[in-house]
Amino acid sequence: MASPPPVRRAARRGPIAPFGFLGPAAVLFTLFFALPICYAVYLSLRSVKVKGLGLGSHARTEVWAGLSNYTSALSDPELLSGSGRVLLYGALLVPTMLGAALFFALLLDVPRVRFRSFSRLVIFLPYAVPGIVASTLWGFLYLPTVSPGYFLLTQAGMSGPDLLHGNGLYLAMANIAVWGGTGFNMIVIYTSLRALPAEVYEAARLDGCSELQIALRIKIPMVAPSLVLTFFFSMIATLQVFAEPMTIKPLTNSMSSTWSPLMKVYRDAFIQGNIYSAAATSVVIAAATLLLSFGFLKLVNKRANGGS
Amino acid sequence: MSSTTTAAPGRTLRPSAPAPGGTPGNPMGPPRRRTAWTPTLLLLLGAVYCLVPLVWVLTAATKSREELFSTFTYAPGSGFWNNLAELSSYRGGVYWQWMANSALYAGVGALLSAAVSGVTGYALAKYRFRGRSAVFNVLLAGVLMPPITLAVPQYLLMSKAGLADSYLSVLLPSILSPYGIYLSRIYAEAAVPDEVVEAARVDGAKDWRLFRSVALPMMVPGLVTVFLFQFVAIWNNFLLPYIMLGDDHKFPVTVGLYSLLQQGSNEPAMYTLVITGALLSVLPLIALFLGLQRYWRVDLLSGAVKS
Repeated sequence: MASPPPVRRAARRGPIAPFGFLGPAAVLFTLFFALPICYAVYLSLRSVKVKGLGLGSHARTEVWAGLSNYTSALSDPELLSGSGRVLLYGALLVPTMLGAALFFALLLDVPRVRFRSFSRLVIFLPYAVPGIVASTLWGFLYLPTVSPGYFLLTQAGMSGPDLLHGNGLYLAMANIAVWGGTGFNMIVIYTSLRALPAEVYEAARLDGCSELQIALRIKIPMVAPSLVLTFFFSMIATLQVFAEPMTIKPLTNSMSSTWSPLMKVYRDAFIQGNIYSAAATSVVIAAATLLLSFGFLKLVNKRANGGS
Repeated sequence: MSSTTTAAPGRTLRPSAPAPGGTPGNPMGPPRRRTAWTPTLLLLLGAVYCLVPLVWVLTAATKSREELFSTFTYAPGSGFWNNLAELSSYRGGVYWQWMANSALYAGVGALLSAAVSGVTGYALAKYRFRGRSAVFNVLLAGVLMPPITLAVPQYLLMSKAGLADSYLSVLLPSILSPYGIYLSRIYAEAAVPDEVVEAARVDGAKDWRLFRSVALPMMVPGLVTVFLFQFVAIWNNFLLPYIMLGDDHKFPVTVGLYSLLQQGSNEPAMYTLVITGALLSVLPLIALFLGLQRYWRVDLLSGAVKS
């Protein structure tokens, strides 16, 4: 605090006040973020040693395990295939969802569109529906005996795709997330479209640009920062998929209990009771997420600095 | 993310946004306001897609067990009141307990969350101190933590503290919202002018009083947004209560419905209960959503990256 710049400074006095304000957040962060993470790292380095037949109160003792939990977590084929499934699901979901969100945001921004606030509201509505409920509703709609889609296809003499088995499952899962997330991202992009100065469009229109040209050449480049933000958050959310596959699971036998990496951690910790290996796997997932996030941010910053 | 620390001072938060391209008002009535039909129809198509499952649950909840799998999907049935009565009497009315629990977790959690986010965001926006950006970055890294990496050790630590399977075990971890702090900070930067803070300080206001009587009233619209976002996030949360709770009388409605659905896979007679329960569980959120529409300051979100 040698000589802070005099401008834009609200606090000149002692440095104690801001720390008072930060107190509650610091306590909560320590208790519910920092401590659990440290504990997970500690647990990941431990394991249980069973003496003899594992009977008696002192038969199970916790011992130092070094990195053995990590080596087994990383070489576990289920974690690898779970990550692969989530990557495939994300590759279907994220471009579709953001493409649709951008598309609808641009449509909302077209002059002389009717039912604007109605469509905006209805497309945003699924955001209010919990993932569990959304998956339940879509899960029923995927059942051939219930779905209106299958009904219509049968009337037309065709058979519908099987969305609850095999590769159809990826489409089924991605559709639930697209349904739930498009509206939210649309609003974020639309809001930043509205913040652009209207004179730019006027000038372009005077120059003879069509609405489509304005959208492609002016609007999309100018909302690029919002697209980056929505892409980032969608990517993180995709990696964390848990509630949706858990809900679809009772409806189909082709959803394994380790479909996503998070489901595997849950199964290891609470069904198989191996908290040590679950801790190691979750540390690996956290590290991969952080690595991916910072890599992404670095890439974006580099392009932003080098590009313009 | 650090670029946001130098927020553009003149950023417009809510653009007055004239209707884009709208023809200037003509006293003789609008000249020729041709509707842009193609975009309108495409938007309505999107709206229909979003309504498909919601209209389905509305009609499906009116069907009796026999009608559910036999009549046309969107044909209304005759069993709604019966379904409602069955759901209400299921295990002594535990469904309504779940709804009350959700309201408790989300209401109290979001309120505390908005309060903590407010003071933290204000401190990060309006004070210059050593480690300020470090604090902010550490908090933001919290957003990136996969919830399971937190929930498993959180559960084990809660058990050690004797708090597992309690209301507090779900409520306490929901209070700190890195996202809420992020929004509050942006909002404090934009809505609380430094000059006003400076003037209050010259008048002798101490830090806490300055925050409470000067900054807080200015931040209320932003904090309402934080409350709403956090309310929806806690209401919709599944993983944390699913891991923390064993006693189904403490379940929020998401975990409760999940337990019904799992039972339904063994006895399909439960499906009508699941569907009726799903319908009732989305009604409060949709009502909240429609009623408080004008308080959703989503512009905060997109404004956040424009500096």
